[in-house]
Amino acid sequence: MDANLPFRLQLSGITKQFPGVLANDRVTFSVRPGDIHALLGENGAGKSTLVKMIYGIMAPDAGEIAFDGERVEIANPKQARKLGIGMVFQHFSLFEALTVLENIALGMDASIRSRDLEARIREVMIAYGLNLDPRRIVATLSVGERQRIEIVRALLLNPKLLIMDEPTSVLTPQEVEALFKTLRQVAAQGCSILYISHKLHEIKALCDTATILRGGKVVATCDPKQETSRSMAERMIGASLKDIKKDPNRTFGEPKLIVSGLSTKAEDEFGIAVEDVGFSVRAGEIFGIAGVAGNGQNALLDALSGEVLGENSQAITLEGHPLGLLDTTGRRKLGLCAVPEERNGHAAVGDFTLADNSVLTARDRLKMVVGGLIDSGAARTYTGRVIAEFAVKALGPLSMASSLSGGNLQKFIMGREILQRPSVLVVCQPTWGVDAGAAAAIHQALVDLAAAGSAIVVISQDLDELLTLCDTLAVINEGRLSRTLEVGEASIEELGLLMGGVHGTPEQVSIEAGGGVAVQA
Amino acid sequence: MQFKLEKRPRPSQAMLYLTPVAAVVLTMLIGGAIFSLIGYDGMGAVREIFLTPLTNSYKWQDLGIKAAPLIIIGVGLAVAYRANVWNIGAEGQYVMGGVFATGVALTTYGVTGWWVLPLMAIAGIAGGAAYAAIPAVLRTRLGVNEILTSLMLTYASVQLIYYLVRAPWKDPMGMGFPQTRIFSEAARLPTIIPGTIVHLGVPIAIVVALLVWFVMTRSLFGFQIRVVGAAPHAARYGGFSENRTIWLAFLVSGGLAGLAGMLEVAGPFQRLVPGFPTGYGFTAIIVAFLGRLDPLGVIFAAIVLAITFVGGELAQTTIGLPAAAAGIFQAMMLFFLLAGDILVRYRVKRVVHQSAEARA
Repeated sequence: MDANLPFRLQLSGITKQFPGVLANDRVTFSVRPGDIHALLGENGAGKSTLVKMIYGIMAPDAGEIAFDGERVEIANPKQARKLGIGMVFQHFSLFEALTVLENIALGMDASIRSRDLEARIREVMIAYGLNLDPRRIVATLSVGERQRIEIVRALLLNPKLLIMDEPTSVLTPQEVEALFKTLRQVAAQGCSILYISHKLHEIKALCDTATILRGGKVVATCDPKQETSRSMAERMIGASLKDIKKDPNRTFGEPKLIVSGLSTKAEDEFGIAVEDVGFSVRAGEIFGIAGVAGNGQNALLDALSGEVLGENSQAITLEGHPLGLLDTTGRRKLGLCAVPEERNGHAAVGDFTLADNSVLTARDRLKMVVGGLIDSGAARTYTGRVIAEFAVKALGPLSMASSLSGGNLQKFIMGREILQRPSVLVVCQPTWGVDAGAAAAIHQALVDLAAAGSAIVVISQDLDELLTLCDTLAVINEGRLSRTLEVGEASIEELGLLMGGVHGTPEQVSIEAGGGVAVQA
Repeated sequence: MQFKLEKRPRPSQAMLYLTPVAAVVLTMLIGGAIFSLIGYDGMGAVREIFLTPLTNSYKWQDLGIKAAPLIIIGVGLAVAYRANVWNIGAEGQYVMGGVFATGVALTTYGVTGWWVLPLMAIAGIAGGAAYAAIPAVLRTRLGVNEILTSLMLTYASVQLIYYLVRAPWKDPMGMGFPQTRIFSEAARLPTIIPGTIVHLGVPIAIVVALLVWFVMTRSLFGFQIRVVGAAPHAARYGGFSENRTIWLAFLVSGGLAGLAGMLEVAGPFQRLVPGFPTGYGFTAIIVAFLGRLDPLGVIFAAIVLAITFVGGELAQTTIGLPAAAAGIFQAMMLFFLLAGDILVRYRVKRVVHQSAEARA
């Protein structure tokens, strides 16, 4: 890196106001040529807003953007691409029925002959070790391969700055390593990379500099290799991180939840069905189900919660009671509660009060319905208890669910189920999109519920979460569940292979028993 | 320059209740202006249609008997619409209620006894509910959109009346007129205020509205209807079957429309005639929305619509407005209400169009 070169990207005083929230407050930082620069922050810290302004999707209210030392106004993404800014979005925009080549051709600003384009695509792929056949139909590709299309599409423009928005959230550990290798090579050739993430170990492994955002403001710029994950996390949340308190001498009781031969039909032609799933969870045990998004996690949750019924009553048993043919109400009465992934419109109704949302799932176990009439006093009392014990920031039981932030609503939903003292609790993505403080509180509540003798199933795409929380875990891939592994015995590499990550190159990764994960770069 | 609608973070609660009022006021202003422009006395039309029925105490009894069927059908539709069940065929269910009740009245012709009217009411409710069951079956079993089926069944029901009054149920003493004979005393609704035409249906309508309000706000049934309508996925998670709720919504709205049909045929009509379908079932759609799908709001909305019915008739004789004028005012009210609702939930935002080529 030549210190005399002008900064590739320089932001000064960028401010963006949305109705009711200041998304970016005088954000100032700069990125050197060839630098891999992390933009780190919790959900809602303003990362996405900031990169949308750099890529020309939104205009800042105030502040300046300079590119290669010259002040620029980026009116739209096309202009951003002309300047040499490429972006790979978290969600891909690809046509499944078309080939890789056709998809890339459709996204090009300038028209180019398909034979020339194919030659250039192959060139880029060879140069960066991106292995992909341009003639393949997108529908047949894995998520990691689809992301490679987006990367190739960005690299074809010879960008000077590549923005990557949460690129690893859909990848297996092996795919993450392959991606990092490519990104390091891209950076080595002088292209700067703005890497958005909240996964600290990735940032430590990959990035040269990190800018930490909190509440729309830059709170620190640091060298992630000099920091610990903990110190960065604490700056990110602006408070000290709480450790989960787990009894090291905990013991497990008899199996409470036994699932065997559980299969469902796919809800539509694109859906994934659950096939012949079997596992058992003991009293006091937290059982994790890992897997890359879209491998049947939601179908499994629906089958366990009773939203979708199977055909065999013995496929699911709770303390010997067959549950397979009971609906959600019947299962709740026997002690199985569940929390689906989607908060709005599934786990909770936004247009309803919190008290009404308590009636939704807690009415039988807490006797909120007497003779067909709702006892609104009982619903309010219970809701008040959930709010108090789970520190939900809400005006009271009569506030609308939609007035709560994502993290607070999730705390309310988890509290609503946990305070019913279920003997089995099944949760999907319990801390998805939740800030670190709320996530720690939810994790602790799950550990405490298990310590009190409940059996818990946690379905999550976040391996770190599962490895800190769970005692045992299995991996779901295309609707099938792997054998059960003890946490501590399982290596990240093995988990990655089970997730279907056979495309990646295995790197040195290790896992500490019941604790953090280390990816050695 | 382009405009787009942007969802408001929190729709104003006050505006939610003011919109119906604003819709009525706007209807009066714009409607008056339109009728002036096409050469009528616009201000006079507004006065006759909206004010005279209120100021002329002789017309109050008309308001009561026009509002009663609107209230009963309107609360039923409010229940259905809350569950996201778009039953547009209340008119047909109202007709079938009248037909079934007439069937009882003609079978028991000449019989005296207090039980005749309750039996007719049960038959009316059953008739309306049975007719609503057809779109319910089609929707839950085959996924057929209920808007089309329920609407089209209305026209079938009207043909059924034409057939019945011309052949099997024709009044033998009716000199060939297509109508049934006048019901006997026991099958006619008594008036409750001597010297007026106010019949038992008016207090029944108020009681029905209060009952439905209580059920919708306090009972698990009402909760089920609301949660299925607001978030079907959450309803499934909460243990409520969507199909069962669709069935209940159809049966309740159809049954209430049928009850209104029975009260009309046994009250104002006292016989079945080809002119029995007067459009209450369609007007009740406006009533349900103007009343904010709330049974108590429906009572007020039904009175507003009853005013336009009575006023429309007045305006025909006093200032020579065409009979369709009241319908135009009613339709404008629904239009302004729905348009107002959009603005309560969304705000209009100007999109500054940036031409990519011009700048780059």
